[in-house]
Amino acid sequence: MATLIKAEFERIRNSEVWRTIFRSGAGSSNLHRSQAVQQNVFLHLFSVKIRSRALEFSPTWYLGALTLSTFLVLIATGILLMFYYHPSVPEAYNDMKDLQFVVASGVFLRNLHRWAAHAMVFLVFAHMFKVFYRGAYRPPRQFNWVIGIFLLLATLLLSYTGYLLPWDQLAYWAVTVGSNIAKAVPVMGKHIRFLMLGGNEVNANALLRFYVLHCVILPLAALLLVAVHFWRIRKDGGLYVPETKS
Amino acid sequence: MSDPKDQTPGVAPHDAPSSEDAKDASRRDFLTKLGVGSLLVAGAGTGLFTYEYFSPNVLFEAPPIVKAGKPDQFPAGSVTLDPASGIYLINSAKGFYALSAVCTHLGCLTAWKPELDVIACPCHGSRFNREGIKVAGPAPQPLPRLKVWLAEDGFLMVDRSTTLKAEEFVKV
Repeated sequence: MATLIKAEFERIRNSEVWRTIFRSGAGSSNLHRSQAVQQNVFLHLFSVKIRSRALEFSPTWYLGALTLSTFLVLIATGILLMFYYHPSVPEAYNDMKDLQFVVASGVFLRNLHRWAAHAMVFLVFAHMFKVFYRGAYRPPRQFNWVIGIFLLLATLLLSYTGYLLPWDQLAYWAVTVGSNIAKAVPVMGKHIRFLMLGGNEVNANALLRFYVLHCVILPLAALLLVAVHFWRIRKDGGLYVPETKS
Repeated sequence: MSDPKDQTPGVAPHDAPSSEDAKDASRRDFLTKLGVGSLLVAGAGTGLFTYEYFSPNVLFEAPPIVKAGKPDQFPAGSVTLDPASGIYLINSAKGFYALSAVCTHLGCLTAWKPELDVIACPCHGSRFNREGIKVAGPAPQPLPRLKVWLAEDGFLMVDRSTTLKAEEFVKV
């Protein structure tokens, strides 16, 4: 039976259709395996080969991978939440309540989105502490640290813009306070707050702006930065693995 | 090639192209500068358009002038918050005056606590007395005094966009 399945797999992998999609072919030589990675638009961000030590728990605690996982969970649940949420003042709060009490699995998706968001912020900081205290930011990885700082900013902005969307008292006053902090910027503060909110008070314009930032602009920026972040790991010589003391 | 004997009279020597090279280079230089310059202008224009686009020209926000109520709605010595407009109307011994109820720290709506005789902010714990002077907390400024007047129809009016530098009271 096993040989039959294996033979069937081999037949599919050698078929013309498969070969038009995966050009590297069915071989299992090092060259074939390398080409399988290099010729895949997603996998080519990563190295063809890595040190086996980099896959162990201790060098990374898997914090970067866990952060990515929470981000993917947030994209999936976020898109699903968008099907029931209207970013308008009369509807936003009710839609949030409907998601919790009326929509099938709505409460699960909303809570998953919320907890994944909290986890992502925590994991981003944990990841940065790990990188910092192990000195993994040092040459040749300085630029990837900078990309990471922008990813931290993207994460915090996503967190902040998402906070307004339930349109409850907590959200309203948090964004009132946050936008007044932005107003404290010298010279341009008032303009920044005005542009942020699309007005002088937290209202319909602010809700819509935060929605577009939260659902389109910031996730796209984060995704782009994540791609660069991973590609730089390869370009900077792989994950930082300290010398083991024997 | 560089042998002078090969040169026919009346034809420019081979050194000439070097000066023409210089001309070419300066033309290229000029076009590069023109290209970069126009890109910069276009970039600045895009920035300006973007800024203008994102600054709303018409806002549907509450007007600054508020009809607070008839004077007899406010008992002597009372501090009354109107949460919708974010103002306090105070009926003091000297007359009526109004304070903004928006905390000067980070913009939260404050609340009057009659049992403590203070105006308290729920966000970061700033406290003000009934004159709007800060008594505790992080607020950097007192609550601004707002312009109050008695309209012809007998209503007290408050202008939230006009803050007063000195104390003013409306006697009724």
